[in-house]
Amino acid sequence: MSDVLPIIPPDASDSLAVLEGSRSTAETFGIPLAVLLEITHRCPLQCPYCSNPVELDRSGKELTTDEWKKVLSELAEIGVLQVHFSGGEPTARKDLVELVKHASDVGLYTNLITSAVLLTRERLSELADAGLCHVQISFQGIEGGLADRVAGYKGGHRKKLEVAKWTRELDLPLTVNAVMHRQNLHQLPDIIQMSVDLDADRLEVANVQYYGWALKNRAALMPTVEQLDETTRIVEEASERLKGRLTIDYVMPDYYALRPKKCMGGWGRQFFNISPAGKVLPCHAAESITGLDFESVRSNHSIAWIWQNSDAFNRYRGTGWMKEPCKSCEFREIDFGGCRCQAFALTGDAANTDPACALSPLHETIFKQAEREAEGETNRFLYRNFAGGTLESGNDA
Amino acid sequence: MAGPRNISVNEASRPVLPRHAKLKYDDTRKVWVILAPERVLAPDEIAVEVLQLCDGQRSVGDLSDQLAVKYAAPREAILADVIVMLQDLADKGFLTEIREKT
Repeated sequence: MSDVLPIIPPDASDSLAVLEGSRSTAETFGIPLAVLLEITHRCPLQCPYCSNPVELDRSGKELTTDEWKKVLSELAEIGVLQVHFSGGEPTARKDLVELVKHASDVGLYTNLITSAVLLTRERLSELADAGLCHVQISFQGIEGGLADRVAGYKGGHRKKLEVAKWTRELDLPLTVNAVMHRQNLHQLPDIIQMSVDLDADRLEVANVQYYGWALKNRAALMPTVEQLDETTRIVEEASERLKGRLTIDYVMPDYYALRPKKCMGGWGRQFFNISPAGKVLPCHAAESITGLDFESVRSNHSIAWIWQNSDAFNRYRGTGWMKEPCKSCEFREIDFGGCRCQAFALTGDAANTDPACALSPLHETIFKQAEREAEGETNRFLYRNFAGGTLESGNDA
Repeated sequence: MAGPRNISVNEASRPVLPRHAKLKYDDTRKVWVILAPERVLAPDEIAVEVLQLCDGQRSVGDLSDQLAVKYAAPREAILADVIVMLQDLADKGFLTEIREKT
């Protein structure tokens, strides 16, 4: 999920160097420090920007409890330090407590990335006892009206507030994840205040990244340039004001950037995730690129082997695969040509320059299109579900 | 309930890592790390030594005594360095302290 990437910390002080991106990963493709586990695609919410693939894994394909435990043991053994239990909605798995317990037992630091709506106080308490280290709860807005509409789930917002309170009562650190887009950006100042009131340690202000479901909903979600400038101003002001109280991590939407993002820190360089069915992926959206064959933890290969040797990981690693204008670009090892999934979705070839880059021949066209869409001809969502999406009824301008 | 935040480290503080910050030896990379939400920090040798003494029982004064003896160094200099280091960690949210119940 674009909103839950292992975030490279912005600063490092004297006695506390930051490991990510320094000695452990770059160049050698050492095993990543943190791995995202999408343990199920099932979710009661239907957010129109869901980062899961449009083709969701059905529950029958999901790894079993024993298979996930084996994965967790293997990850710990090869040097992974943190795992993020994500989805779909990870609490939809009945064995979540057992999996968290196993992860703790083998020495992994565990994060839960949840919509919170299925949690009871008792289950959260069991998760804490099982060794859970951190809880991240997604919020879709500041009040039920808009938030529940975005999530396509009545009563969800109220439940999230309740679970956030339990989280802090159980002495678990809390991150508020707020995915922002044209229809909720006006609520950002209140979302920041809500995070303070909920006693959160971190707030992720994550602008929607447009692949998969979000790409289908781009016309209903794309913010205007003015909205984004205002957002940046609000985040900067709040970060300064709340220093030491609330850490704010900010993810910009890349459509309005001149330079593309260094997606995933570069393909196969410092990140992988495991899908519900056990596929080892260079990013959560990678399956949207057709023609790549992703190996599974159910194969005869070890996870370390898949990371180092599989064709899918090596295909876009480094710079050897690049075409112009990336190939001779001075920034080629800074941003690695942006996002492969976005390049594929918008140009049909994952080896093309990500059109978010101003050097892409398609940049101008796409920017103009985004601007037009941001004018807001439609606010109607296509909700995410196993049926390929359902169009929102009765909400169009 | 959660330990206090925004703590001000002094000689009498009895610091401890909060439950979400875990000090661990990373056997693969052969370094000590602090695991925290969405962060992996690599404390230097001195920080590791100090943090291993932060058990919520010892005060900052106690652990400075211990380090002064071990390194045959002036206690006041050690105390000052320890306070700066721990305050930095506390400001980042990776240190709390045990307080008497009132």
